Amino acid sequence: MLSIGLGHYLTLAAIIFTIGVVGIFLNRKNVIVILMSIELILLSVNINLVSFSIFINDLSGQVFTLFILTVAAAEAAIGLAIIVIYYRNSGTIRVEEIDSLKG
Amino acid sequence: MIAHAVVFYIFSFIAIVSAIMVTASRNTVHSVFFLILDFISISCLFIMIGAEFLGMIMLIVYVGAVAVLFLFVVMMLNVAQQKNEWFVASDSSSHIPIGLLVSLVIFSELLIIVGGWKYKAELQDSININLNFNLTNTQSLGNVIYTDYVHLFQLSGMVLLVAMIGAIVLTFRKRSGVKTQSYLRQISRERNEGVELIDVETKKGVKIDA
Repeated sequence: MLSIGLGHYLTLAAIIFTIGVVGIFLNRKNVIVILMSIELILLSVNINLVSFSIFINDLSGQVFTLFILTVAAAEAAIGLAIIVIYYRNSGTIRVEEIDSLKG
Repeated sequence: MIAHAVVFYIFSFIAIVSAIMVTASRNTVHSVFFLILDFISISCLFIMIGAEFLGMIMLIVYVGAVAVLFLFVVMMLNVAQQKNEWFVASDSSSHIPIGLLVSLVIFSELLIIVGGWKYKAELQDSININLNFNLTNTQSLGNVIYTDYVHLFQLSGMVLLVAMIGAIVLTFRKRSGVKTQSYLRQISRERNEGVELIDVETKKGVKIDA
């Protein structure tokens, strides 16, 4: 309990990952919150990679984390741009009202 | 050791609570604030575990850029007043128990993997880059990034460039009715377009029509 090992960090990452997935599943109001949940999921993956990198004494995990940070920043920028133009075209970003593909 | 454990539990508790508040908060601006708190506590965990460079980069990239971008978009779209309600009994609430069930299954699967899997001891002897504790974390990362991973590093720069161009192209909008300068028309103007010489008869004047 008092000696913090790999399992503690992996459990923390699992909890944050699940919270992110719950945020995607249950959020029905706002697309921006869904993007933030995706950021949470990427953050938990980063926790996994960094803790494995430290505990099995291998630097590659931290390099991968650096690349994941890059991709996450790019994804946030593109996603927010898409949200901005969707809001400009349709006037709403509520998830319930985005149903033009519903048929 | 006890201090390590106490600090770990404090930061992970803050991280988990703020992650819950990101998804459950009723106001989108509050969600962004809790996202910032989450990133800060996770980067403190990174610094504590020995990955200082990534912790600092996390602070700079996420708190300094991404979270501010989120705040900016929330402010610009004026959706802060739209209530972000979940678990609300509406007509489309039938997915909530299924979503909770699937999330619970995902979480228990992750816990089974984390708790029940023993890592191979020989796993460390494969091709890996050992941590050198004589160097700082930043120096050892730099030794690797600019030699072994230099192509991937430049490709990630290209990803950022493409994302920047994509965001600009997506949000660019050509406005009509805005007076702008056209350099090409200005410098390609000839004398006979701008000036007209007229012979004026004495005491009659000249009538200029527009």
